[in-house]
Amino acid sequence: MNASVVVAPILVPLVAALFGALGPRRPGYQRTVGLLGAFGLFVAAMGLLASVFVEGVIAVQIGDWPAPFGITLAADRLSAAMVAATGLVAFTVVLYSTAEIPDDVVTAGFYPFVHVLLLGVCGAFVAGDLFNLYVWFEVMLLASFVLLALGSGRAALTSSITYVALNLLASAFFLIGVGFLYGQVGTLNFADLSLKLGDPAALDAARPAALLLLIAFGIKAGVFPVFFWLPAAYPNASFAVSALFAGLLTKVGVYALLRVFTLVFPLEALGLAPGLLAVAAATMASGVLAAASQAHVRRILSFHIVSQIGYMVLALALVTTLGLASAVFYIVHHIVTKTNLFLVGGLIARAGGSEQLDQIGGLSQRRLGLTMLFAIPALSLAGVPPFSGFFAKFFLIRSALEADAIVAVTFAVVVGLLTIYSMAKIWIEAFWKPAPAETHLDEPLPRAALVACAMLAVVTITLGVGAEALWSFALATAEQLADPQEYLNAVLGDPT
Amino acid sequence: MSLLILRTASRYLFPLLLLFSVFLLWRGHHEPGGGFVGGLVAATAFVLIALAEGAPSARERLRLAPERLAVCGVAVATLSGAVGWFLGEPFLTGIWWAASPGESPVVGTPLLFDLGVYLSVIGVVLAFLLTLIEETK
Repeated sequence: MNASVVVAPILVPLVAALFGALGPRRPGYQRTVGLLGAFGLFVAAMGLLASVFVEGVIAVQIGDWPAPFGITLAADRLSAAMVAATGLVAFTVVLYSTAEIPDDVVTAGFYPFVHVLLLGVCGAFVAGDLFNLYVWFEVMLLASFVLLALGSGRAALTSSITYVALNLLASAFFLIGVGFLYGQVGTLNFADLSLKLGDPAALDAARPAALLLLIAFGIKAGVFPVFFWLPAAYPNASFAVSALFAGLLTKVGVYALLRVFTLVFPLEALGLAPGLLAVAAATMASGVLAAASQAHVRRILSFHIVSQIGYMVLALALVTTLGLASAVFYIVHHIVTKTNLFLVGGLIARAGGSEQLDQIGGLSQRRLGLTMLFAIPALSLAGVPPFSGFFAKFFLIRSALEADAIVAVTFAVVVGLLTIYSMAKIWIEAFWKPAPAETHLDEPLPRAALVACAMLAVVTITLGVGAEALWSFALATAEQLADPQEYLNAVLGDPT
Repeated sequence: MSLLILRTASRYLFPLLLLFSVFLLWRGHHEPGGGFVGGLVAATAFVLIALAEGAPSARERLRLAPERLAVCGVAVATLSGAVGWFLGEPFLTGIWWAASPGESPVVGTPLLFDLGVYLSVIGVVLAFLLTLIEETK
């Protein structure tokens, strides 16, 4: 029974993709299957979260081959929280997409590829060994290449070349790192690696592999100085696709950093923490400064992803339990808020007729609902109480203060202020200032899209009001990461 | 006219290659072979037809669109994993059936999985190659 809850978040998108690809190419059928599959994933993800919450780490040996020889799937609190966030993003984005994606793109196989992407994301979150993590990354990337190219023009294809090239480079680093590690240690199972690299000599020998993996995950997460693929690719896709990418893709990179650099390579033992701290600070600063110079809704938001990734990596680089907990809190907050902002960005473009801030305006007078829907995630991202973003930054800064990382605290505060500036810019330009031209775009916004944005907004408020509950969950997650014994027992069997 | 030999030969080679691919698929359980290499050989049979008689003829013989065939393969492989799952074992556990009780098992879900690989490989390889052949014409 336990096994099913871990496998279900992988099987549901797989089955949904199969039904979509084998079934008739009618838009109605495709949308129904896409939506049902996404809802199924949401249910499966909540099931996994509840089971892990009650029972602790759950591991499955696929095909009944024992670890470390077979393929292991394992879900601890971190995996379960990430899968749960994925389920929420999947359902809301697919709901939104039913109102955005045109029929010809839908019949070309849009939804099967969305589900293959979700398959890769969920697989990466529950993968119990490094090679399977690699395979799931590839599944996810292949689907994302197709989604970027589907139904977009020449400009989008050109920009996605940067995305493809850099991500393939990251995959190459990843694979070489995996090869090094396997050559030295003879295993790729996370739990087994954790035991074998407990020996300082082995850990020292595995240093090159650790660095290669750090670079690979860094590119995938979009850290300084290898983030430029992200703002190049995201603003050119459809809004639903860019929201899906914004919510999930870079976070898989951050998840991989969190998983591998706690369980397999403890950052502190490798002495990588100060370097990573510097990278995180540079990521935060460069992302937010680049965002400040943009005047296009999704470009601003894309550069903000980079800056926010910096916060998460910073939290990891503090190498304290509190730091890890604030990283977990930050990721969950970020996935919900960022997805929502991209979706609302789509509605802004629809209501205002453009994404260029100088061509739109006056939305606050004409679109009260939209104004509210933008205000909630924007205030949350900017870090205003009582929304989740305030607590995410608050916990992070407190953890940094307790770790005596004064420079990190300074960066977090200053970058936070600049984030407010960018959000205020979208607010003033799109909502406050009078519309520059007589744009009579007064047709009602699609209801499905509004509902999707409202659902995410409600979650943002809930995470803010219930911050204490989420924080205690994050603390328990961090303790699981800091002391891997429970994970090891679940995967390798209890030695006692 | 220069294609006459190729055309005649391909007509005889086509069934032979397909037969050989099934043999490889079957043999893969205990000896070298299996779904992947079997699928490649089967795809070669169709590519041979496409070279001799043109891509439409190969598509006609395949009946199903190659992309769809590939998805069918994935579906068959998923199904093979689900068999063990329904019987209460972890996903993808191999389930074997003996011809009669007490004998060593002869047929199991790994063959079904291999069949899925076989179909997927044929589908993917032909989706690439037939498109390329059509574009060079």
